[in-house]
Amino acid sequence: MSPPPNLAPKPPASATSHASATGPIVRLEKLRKTYQMGGTSVTALSGLSLEILAGEYLAIMGPSGCGKSTLLNLLGCLDRPTGGQYFLGGQDVSDLDDDALSAIRGARLGFVFQSYNLIQQLSVVENIEVPLFYQDCPEEQARQIATDLARRVGLETRLDHKPFELSGGQQQRVAIARALANDPLVILADEATGNLDSASGREILDIFDDLRQQGKTLIMVTHDLEVGERAKRLIRLRDGELESDLRK
Amino acid sequence: MLAIGEGASFKAQEIIKTLGSQNILLRSQKPGEEEKISNRRDNYVLEYGLTNEDLKRIRNTIPGVETALPARVIREYVWNIAVRVDVDIVGTLPDYPVVRNHQVAIGRFFNQADLDAAETVCVLGTEMVQKLFPLDEPLGKDVRIGENYYRVIGIMEPRTTGAFSEGNLEEAGGAPRDRMFIPLETARHRYGEVLFRRRAGSFESERVALHEITVKVVKSEDVIPVSEAIKDVLEKNHKKKDYAVVVPLELLKKAEETKKIFNLVLGSIAAISLLVGGIGIMNIMLANVTERTREIGIRRALGARRKDITTQFVIESVILSASGGLLGVLLGVLIPFGVSHFAGMRTIITPGSPILAFTISGLIGVVFGLYPALRAAKMDPVEALRHE
Repeated sequence: MSPPPNLAPKPPASATSHASATGPIVRLEKLRKTYQMGGTSVTALSGLSLEILAGEYLAIMGPSGCGKSTLLNLLGCLDRPTGGQYFLGGQDVSDLDDDALSAIRGARLGFVFQSYNLIQQLSVVENIEVPLFYQDCPEEQARQIATDLARRVGLETRLDHKPFELSGGQQQRVAIARALANDPLVILADEATGNLDSASGREILDIFDDLRQQGKTLIMVTHDLEVGERAKRLIRLRDGELESDLRK
Repeated sequence: MLAIGEGASFKAQEIIKTLGSQNILLRSQKPGEEEKISNRRDNYVLEYGLTNEDLKRIRNTIPGVETALPARVIREYVWNIAVRVDVDIVGTLPDYPVVRNHQVAIGRFFNQADLDAAETVCVLGTEMVQKLFPLDEPLGKDVRIGENYYRVIGIMEPRTTGAFSEGNLEEAGGAPRDRMFIPLETARHRYGEVLFRRRAGSFESERVALHEITVKVVKSEDVIPVSEAIKDVLEKNHKKKDYAVVVPLELLKKAEETKKIFNLVLGSIAAISLLVGGIGIMNIMLANVTERTREIGIRRALGARRKDITTQFVIESVILSASGGLLGVLLGVLIPFGVSHFAGMRTIITPGSPILAFTISGLIGVVFGLYPALRAAKMDPVEALRHE
């Protein structure tokens, strides 16, 4: 196997330094993931190295089975790599235990899923409060933050609605608000526009553009080339390896 | 269930109380059928029962006996002009009210002077007063028994549980008869020792000196040994078993034992239903966890630790079981109330039992909710998020 091409320009700081204002917010070093399927092991990621800087808007594309989902799960601290290292904000998170990973997810990451994944029995504002609840945020403050975020995504009139009373686009906006609630280092979006019609999809992408302008780091997995084109950096994966890395 | 049990045991205790826990009851009793061999029934006088000698022996030879109260019980009709009541006439001593813990409500009991003079005075039981004197005041009036008139000098308090303590000597079952009291000497003079009984159309005569002796013991802890001593004395002096010894304290102990068994049975039924209920809760919670796998995945992705998920589901299970418990406590209070009201049974709800029941139902929620909650927490977040 050839060493993975790394076309990203080297950041000024040394690769081993801890998080600083200028260091990469995400750094992957020879990240590997293999799954045990019965007796055989399947390699999903074979030694991927990647650096993502603060404020980048990155899209990950590739055919099915190329390791996109695996990479996103690893980036989202939902899964642990079989080998290699993952630094998030300068901290090595590849060997942390379950509780520590939960804490990282709760404090530093925000998720936006393809199927919105709102909790059906909770209202809009309560859904946005969920990450804050697990951060032991005082109730009043959480309500304040959640209301502000709902306003930011244009849902201030629907605070007490349940998810099933909202359209797909509105639900996804609630999900974005929820992802922003804990002011994360990185927002991970998995096919965030995949279930939406093109108009609603564009609304979501507009919000992502706004977020990027505010300096948020966004990592997005998508099938849709049009969506991928709006990102400022496009990574293509093939068979668990980096195929291309383009910046605009 | 426990309320009914408590009520039953309370009733038993009350019965014992009326008999007196310091008392031992001796009763004359017809000897067994096989010993009553007689071809000449008309002339035969059946002689049995406790004698005045027995009374003397008990009074004089057994230590720890405070008093021994003899009584003759004669079943007769009592008349007030044209009204007739079938009662037990009890010839006894003036200390009957004290020993038997049965007080006079109106008027007075007869005294030593009445006894010595064999006065024809009587004290009526409450129930017969209503039948004999439905309209007027009985005190100072006369009632007729056979050819003799007796002046009413007092009326007894109602007995809560006459059926048990005043159990008929021979006819088991049937409504208990009310008692009327006359001085023992008067009874002796009027009736002698041979009694004629109307029975199944024929007459039967029997000779019984004393029908009952109530022995009061000085200290209640001596009741059992004294009763043993009395049994020994009676056994030596009676060829036939023509007496019965009843120790209320023993009855109390038996009642307590019965109650214990009753509670044990009820307790095991309760335990089984708790187990079944607990498994039901576990089942519901497992289904709940499976149904909400995705929610668990979302919460985990948003920063919930395993502990947070466990806590959430245990709390839900406790809410489920505690609301069940609340409903149960409500029913547990209402049903005994209904039972008391409609079936006339006495029920007692001990103050601790609703609290205990509620606490246990909460604990059931924790115990049986723990496994589903742990299963929820153990889920892999990636798998859980992918779950449809």
